[in-house]
Amino acid sequence: MPALPLDEAGKYVAGAYVVFFTLIVVYVAIMGAKIARIDRQLTELNELVEDE
Amino acid sequence: MYSKGLKPLAIATVLTTAGALALVFFYAPLDADQGFVQKIFYVHVPMAIVALGGFVAGGIMAIKHLRSGDPSWDLRSYVAIHQSIILGVGVLITGSIWARASWGHWWVWDEPVLVSFLVVFLLYCVYYPLRFSIEDPDRQARYSSVFAITAGAFVPLNFVAVRLAEAYTHPRVLSQTGGSLPGEMRLTFLVSLLAMGLLFVTLWKLELTSKHASAQLRRLKRRLADRRPAAVA
Repeated sequence: MPALPLDEAGKYVAGAYVVFFTLIVVYVAIMGAKIARIDRQLTELNELVEDE
Repeated sequence: MYSKGLKPLAIATVLTTAGALALVFFYAPLDADQGFVQKIFYVHVPMAIVALGGFVAGGIMAIKHLRSGDPSWDLRSYVAIHQSIILGVGVLITGSIWARASWGHWWVWDEPVLVSFLVVFLLYCVYYPLRFSIEDPDRQARYSSVFAITAGAFVPLNFVAVRLAEAYTHPRVLSQTGGSLPGEMRLTFLVSLLAMGLLFVTLWKLELTSKHASAQLRRLKRRLADRRPAAVA
């Protein structure tokens, strides 16, 4: 197939890079939520120990 | 334990990724045959190489687990395979987009590289149900390690089989003769590969840190519950 014109090729290239960055952003957001939950639970445990 | 060196690694990853993107869009020349669409190559191929490398690394870590009996190697192997599967999803989607732009089809079933990657990906999708269907932690780790080693050995075998295949419609990037990439494209590709590798290691360490902290928290809760059942429950 001949090379696509820039305006048509652009949407495919943008699509591929958006897929990649979306995967990374979603993964980092999930990891961030997990770490925030660990941090919250540690704070609760810390308060519990201090109350003793 | 796992978080050592995570911050400089994350900074290096961000800088290398930014550098790779700058090279892709402002330095690497347009491909004479495919034109602008060839820019997908710089994200698709490094992602595929790192994903396959991650599967093999998961197998090597599983060997270390079976040899030493240390469960931390099983955790490392699990996280490496988990991340490779995530990258694998990206490889299949970006590959499909590239195929549509270059060949006019979203998927080509008689293309050995595409189909072999799909086979490897589907093989590793079995890892999750296998791992999480076993409740006993020791058996879970042992069986998962055996799977990781067997599947990890399949990855290079699969690669060789594809190389020996007759139909060469998929472009060859790395070969004994140096491939067909001109200097600027080769440099851009290598920087993109480095960025993808750094990203993999950074996210691997991040997830290991999170899982280690989570396990420590559970242990702490259990100890506190033993001391004061009413308070923690």
